[in-house]
Amino acid sequence: MARMPVQFRLNGSDRAVFVEPAETLLGTIRRGLGDFAPKFGCGQGTCGVCTVLVDGEPRLGCLTLSVTCEGRSIETASGLADGPTLHPLQAAFMEHFAAQCGFCTPGMLMAAKALLDRNPNPTRIEVVEAIAGNICRCTGYEPIINAILAAAQQRGARRA
Amino acid sequence: MLEFRKDLFADERDDNLNVIGKGEQRQDMLGHVTGRTRFFDDHGFEGLLHLKVVRSPHHHARIRSIDVSAAERAPGVKRVIRAQDVPVNKNTLLSLIGFGKDDEPTLAVDKVRYKGEPIVAVIADSDAEAMAAVKLVRVGYDPLPAVFDVQEALKPGAVVVNETYPGNYFEYHDKYDHQKLRFGDVEAAFRTADHVLEERYQMSPIEHASTETNGTIAAPETNDRYVVHSCAQGLFFSLGTTAKILALESNRLHFIGGTVGGGFGGKVDSLTEPLAVLGAILTGRPVRYVLGREEEMQFGSPRGAERHVIKDGVMRDGRIVARQITSYFDAGAYTRLSSYGVVKCVAHMPGPYTIPNVRGDAYCVFTNRVPATAMRGFGVTGLDFSIEVQMDKLAHLVGIDPMEFRILNAYRDGDMKAHRRVAHNTALIECVQVAAQKVNWPLSETARRASSLSGGGGPRAAIPPTVTDESGRIGRPETRQAPPQLTPGAAPLPAYQTPPAVPIYQPPPAHQPVAPLPNYPSQPAAATPPPAPVPPVPAPPAAPQHGAARFSSVFTRRR
Amino acid sequence: MPVNVRIVQGLQEAAEILAADRGALLLGGGTLLVRAINEGVMTEGTLLRAVDPALLAINAGGARVELGAGVTMAMVLANRDLSYLHAPARGIGGPAVRTTATIGGNLFAATPYGDFTAALLALDAVVTLHAGFGGAREMPLEEMLTNRARGGVGLVVSVGFNRPVGADAFRFLKVARVRPKGVSVLSIAAHLPQNAGRVSGARIAYGAMGPTPLRAKAVERVLEGQSLDAATIAATKTAALEGTMPATDAIASEWYRREVLPVHLGRLLAGETS
Ligand SMILES: Cc1cc2nc3c(=O)[nH]c(=O)nc-3n(C[C@H](O)[C@H](O)[C@H](O)COP(=O)(O)OP(=O)(O)OC[C@H]3O[C@@H](n4cnc5c(N)ncnc54)[C@H](O)[C@@H]3O)c2cc1C
Ligand code: FES
Ligand code: FES
Repeated sequence: MARMPVQFRLNGSDRAVFVEPAETLLGTIRRGLGDFAPKFGCGQGTCGVCTVLVDGEPRLGCLTLSVTCEGRSIETASGLADGPTLHPLQAAFMEHFAAQCGFCTPGMLMAAKALLDRNPNPTRIEVVEAIAGNICRCTGYEPIINAILAAAQQRGARRA
Repeated sequence: MLEFRKDLFADERDDNLNVIGKGEQRQDMLGHVTGRTRFFDDHGFEGLLHLKVVRSPHHHARIRSIDVSAAERAPGVKRVIRAQDVPVNKNTLLSLIGFGKDDEPTLAVDKVRYKGEPIVAVIADSDAEAMAAVKLVRVGYDPLPAVFDVQEALKPGAVVVNETYPGNYFEYHDKYDHQKLRFGDVEAAFRTADHVLEERYQMSPIEHASTETNGTIAAPETNDRYVVHSCAQGLFFSLGTTAKILALESNRLHFIGGTVGGGFGGKVDSLTEPLAVLGAILTGRPVRYVLGREEEMQFGSPRGAERHVIKDGVMRDGRIVARQITSYFDAGAYTRLSSYGVVKCVAHMPGPYTIPNVRGDAYCVFTNRVPATAMRGFGVTGLDFSIEVQMDKLAHLVGIDPMEFRILNAYRDGDMKAHRRVAHNTALIECVQVAAQKVNWPLSETARRASSLSGGGGPRAAIPPTVTDESGRIGRPETRQAPPQLTPGAAPLPAYQTPPAVPIYQPPPAHQPVAPLPNYPSQPAAATPPPAPVPPVPAPPAAPQHGAARFSSVFTRRR
Repeated sequence: MPVNVRIVQGLQEAAEILAADRGALLLGGGTLLVRAINEGVMTEGTLLRAVDPALLAINAGGARVELGAGVTMAMVLANRDLSYLHAPARGIGGPAVRTTATIGGNLFAATPYGDFTAALLALDAVVTLHAGFGGAREMPLEEMLTNRARGGVGLVVSVGFNRPVGADAFRFLKVARVRPKGVSVLSIAAHLPQNAGRVSGARIAYGAMGPTPLRAKAVERVLEGQSLDAATIAATKTAALEGTMPATDAIASEWYRREVLPVHLGRLLAGETS
């Protein structure tokens, strides 16, 4: 099968790759471009560890075909930090013990970023809803929810 | 929130510690939040190949024929691996510590014993091509009757699941079809108990469902070695298993891992390592074998199903005088770690309580279900659930508050456990007291003043004359029902001749339903005359109490 | 031959390819199709990605509503004029599923999926189909669902329905065991137009109570001309199961679905759900 060319932006830099027609965005980002931050956990859309942002919207890398991403801007957890400076969500996850094995963390962070970029001051229920598609089998979610709320608060404090 | 209770057992602990009790950052946290932590699958290789397996659609069937010719010709396919390509195609995980017989093939040979059992592996340039080729493998089956219930599987004449164990049970100590625990004489104690309560508990298999599925990438390395990025929870255990199955010197395997995307016991079985390395050997290329979620859920080993039948004798004043537990562990089609789970279960009987007469019988049973394995406290968790529900029922039966009932029967430092080791560092009483306090559960003065540090030992440290038996010899299922033999010279009801070391129980204020629930069948005390005086009890042997090396200490007799 | 993807501009060409090639499927968001590829269920064939503004059109301001088949659940949620459809849209997956899952795909999703379709069924929706020859034609959604099992429905361009009148006229309930996101035990959509306190032209539809979302016509008959009082609601509960054929799956048994449906229907009609 002929491979197809695709161009998109990954964490701010332009990339061009040849993909199998039915290749997923997750596969392209990981094996094609070498960014292993988004994970594979199910390939069914049920776990959320592959969550990335496409034009700012949360998307599941495992259910998105790369050929549908022509010209899009894609963000993964690898691009969250600004050089050596952690994103407030990253700092809050560290501080609030929001990861154990860490396998869900890159997807959780992106789901949380999608929320805060749109809704800088979410309620607890909105946070729960935002990460509803992301499974964590280690932490029991409470530390993650607290970390996202803390990150929102800290960002708010910085804006004020 | 975490709370350190420094008032409890204060003199058993050094409080000038640098780390414990303080908030410390995890050393791997920065990697997690930046997405830089590398799990087994997060490694790039030029020329990476992908492996998928053909799985049995039957619970139990004879394999008549296997035709891989179409798959071998399929686009992208680099190699098909069949059972005869696996150097040592029979293994049991705990053979590394000399426990159990090799019983499980890496790829099925003449028979499949559970739905999902791997039969043939296909290696191709891409996942998609490997999956397409898997569909082209033709396997001819003669379906066989299957058995799914543990007690059915133990019946004489049941379908034989796993020919290595023709009675469908794991063999303990080369002698018995189950693991035994004998302490005192439960039968005699049941006869004199005020109430006897027998209940059955069971639980279904539980999938670990770690967010990362099982998988391995293996690649040829320099110096004729293979690098193996593994998801294994026990990396060197997996290295040893892989070396054995592939008949390789272990120094030719370079395992890298320990960064596990959730394991909980589901990554101890080396489900993917041996085939990935074999694939790398046969193709000379890096090979990646990762389970999909459906494979993981349906065929990755779960915590096995358990069934526990608990029979207790209890006195009107709340003391449990006898506990008999018969446990059935559903190992599925192969042993994996179930045999060890059973040993842990028996080691946990009769729970954290001091009971003078205990009998335990635990069976590790083979059925045509997915093989089971370890999961967080396996062997103990299901039993604990059963015991604690039973404790509530007993408490209601004798009309005692369930918290008080636990404190009354809790083991204390110095008590003899049914395994003939002296209990120390016990803390159940304090746990119940603190839990009661947290939820404002009123406790009597007696219960509040109880302590794990006092009231134990003395007569409670005695090993009673014990009734033993030869029931359940390997190959003789009819002996399972055999009546126990009284050890010559032993007298029944030993420890109960001595006054109990706990204060006689005062019923608590009526804040809880104290009337026995109507539904629990109780057996009134048999009007037996008090038994004859007990001969002096031999002093307990000074058993060494190693805290470490628990695993091996369980198995010392097997070595 | 692994799965191929073709990107085509324009509905006409897409519809022609679908009609000519039995191995071709239209790609909606792909939440179901890509899963099938990932798991090796679909190992050959062609996915058609049709790029046409008609698929993404939303016409929701007036009395007659038209929604393109490529409209996602997230787009529905972002549209204030469609607030009565927010509950069914919000019930589908987490946020990252909703940015992808389309209305068109939901019309084809196997049970227990199809919650949004149940809502459309209760709105008496009509689908616009493009069969590749002779241009587009309309078909009642109910009829399209009956034809679905046979295949060859063709390309769905859009769905259309009349906007429900009155804030309380349209109700939706999804019953799931996992919150906030979980696959349906069942879902119920109710359109209850009222005239002087009496229900007139009620439409009740269920998700996950049969091979496709289906109408509860016996319940509709019970409601006709009645007020939503306790006696009427009791009568609807008695009629609730007529025509249902629920399946046993990983979410719930057929027995359980039958047991709980009348209870939830009663609560929905009584306005007791949140
Ligand atoms: C985690 C998760 C949770 C989910 N929860 C729910 C839920 O609660 N309720 C629910 O209903 N669904 C649920 N789904 C299923 C699914 O996401 C939705 O049903 C969705 O609407 C399907 O749309 P799609 O565009 O992704 O379909 P696709 O995968 O693109 O397509 C599905 C089928 O529809 C066909 N198709 C799509 N569009 C058209 C068209 N315009 N014309 C003709 N044929 C077409 C395709 O050819 C294919 O056969 C869930 C999925 C996931 C992964
Ligand atoms: S891997 Fe994409 S949702 Fe699980
Ligand atoms: S930290 Fe392990 S799954 Fe979330």
